[in-house]
Amino acid sequence: MADLTRDDILKLARLARISLSDDEVAEFSDEFNEILKYVAQLNTVDTTGLEPTSQVTGLVNVTRPDVIVDYGYDPKSLLKNVPSVQNDQIKVKRMIG
Amino acid sequence: MADVAQSVVQWLPIAEIAAKVASGELKAVDLVEQSLRTIAAKADYQAIIATTETRARERAQQIDADIAAGKPAGRLAGVPFIAKDNYLVFGADTTAASNILRGFEAPYQATVVNRLEAEGAICVAKANLDAFAHGGSTENSDFFTTKNPHDMTRVPGGSSGGSAAAVVLDMAPFALGTDTGGSIRQPASFSGCVGLKPTYGLTSRSGVVAMASSTDVMGPLTRSVEDAALVFDIFAGQDELDSTTTPRDPAGYSDIAADDTWIQGKKIGVIKEYMSEAGSLEAGVRQSVNAAVDKLRAAGAEIMEISLPSLPLSLAVYYIVVPAEISSNLSRYDGQRFAYTSPDATNLEESYSLSRGVGFGKEAKRRIMIGTYVLSSGYYDAYYKKAQTVRTKIINEFAAAFLQVDFLLGPTAPTTAFKIGENANDPLQMYLADVMTAGPSLAGIPAIVLPVGASDGLPVGIQLMAAQRQDRALLTLARQTERLVV
Repeated sequence: MADLTRDDILKLARLARISLSDDEVAEFSDEFNEILKYVAQLNTVDTTGLEPTSQVTGLVNVTRPDVIVDYGYDPKSLLKNVPSVQNDQIKVKRMIG
Repeated sequence: MADVAQSVVQWLPIAEIAAKVASGELKAVDLVEQSLRTIAAKADYQAIIATTETRARERAQQIDADIAAGKPAGRLAGVPFIAKDNYLVFGADTTAASNILRGFEAPYQATVVNRLEAEGAICVAKANLDAFAHGGSTENSDFFTTKNPHDMTRVPGGSSGGSAAAVVLDMAPFALGTDTGGSIRQPASFSGCVGLKPTYGLTSRSGVVAMASSTDVMGPLTRSVEDAALVFDIFAGQDELDSTTTPRDPAGYSDIAADDTWIQGKKIGVIKEYMSEAGSLEAGVRQSVNAAVDKLRAAGAEIMEISLPSLPLSLAVYYIVVPAEISSNLSRYDGQRFAYTSPDATNLEESYSLSRGVGFGKEAKRRIMIGTYVLSSGYYDAYYKKAQTVRTKIINEFAAAFLQVDFLLGPTAPTTAFKIGENANDPLQMYLADVMTAGPSLAGIPAIVLPVGASDGLPVGIQLMAAQRQDRALLTLARQTERLVV
């Protein structure tokens, strides 16, 4: 697979909602290419007939009774770490610049 | 090895401490003070991010008062412990050693912590880690690097490096760690203590900062296998707050005493790929592991070499699957809900990217972006799906191996603790610290590390493994190995 360019890194940063300094962009380009080269060894592995594994417990559709349980939390305690709160709601900045 | 315990009283086995507190011979308040004094005396090692001393002292007084009043004492009555700072605990901030969570006060506690407290254990401090548990040395902590208890110029391992160092430095009888690809086992090996990574699903993830949800497990770091078994017995099992949890062994995990004949005829496979590691296995590590194997053989175990040909691919699988899960799990740190938000943003989009750009350290950014890449349209099949399929191949090879043998073993890492800064500018080299621990994580099998020797004065830990849900048998083997090696 082709090497990641500076534009690729900027696009990934945008997708991941992370602002990067110019130094970080340069550094990450080199590092990511090295890491991707390392993981590319998987391309040659024969996986014919095998299914992907996403979890290892074998559990399927774990459900609980559909009843309300009071865990004793009040909204204020759950919101105490939120930077900006108004009327027990999380307040965010305007969405359109 | 350096004398790390000068002027510090050695801790008794945990069961003995709890029994003496229950009988009134020891006071919980004195044990908490012993922990806090040791933490202060060993501050240079930078194992601790914060103490929970006010709450710890209050809990100790309450426990002593309850026992004096004749109330039943718990199995961990008055026993101090230290939690890795990615466990939600009352009494100090929970930061996961990251700037973005600096100042985060837990609104509730981790299930594991609640279960320990219900038996009378007392959390006294929060231990340092690589931020969000991303790393193998604590050098990725956004705050500071913990020093190895045996050599202050070296790392303690990671990510649970603060927890491992704290136990070896006698700051508490046990500490809690988390293991996603080796984060309990590798620091246990580097620092010289016991570290248990249980079967995936046996420990509740509720109230622990998520890293990679398909391999995250909680486990103890201790001074002995017996201590690890007791602590694990208390928090293992299903939790309604974590739907991936599975039932505990009806026989429990703490009663693992066995006579000397238990080991006779047990089939133990030495993993060929780990021992041959193409010349990169340090000679002293190989010697220590081989010496332990010789003692197991002499005690009557049937030792054989077992090959898992795809095991060397584990690290490549791991560094696709885990960043993918990290990119998803860390999307919640968006500057709106948890602690840090950028003061410079003018709209919501900027608030996300500036808060994350400033709040996350380099390694978190690296992993989020690699995860974003391998999950992105056009690359998903080539990277993520391929890695998850190779993961199946590795799981199948472990399953085949456990049809031939009862246990597997090998080193924990190719080397002993490396120098601080040695790998700091080479992320891939740093990732190689997980090369022998990532496989068991991907397969969800239990593994335990215990010290079996030294190489140039630095501890070497052996890694013992069993099939899924054979944690009890694994602990029994570890107890026997400990007895034979000491």
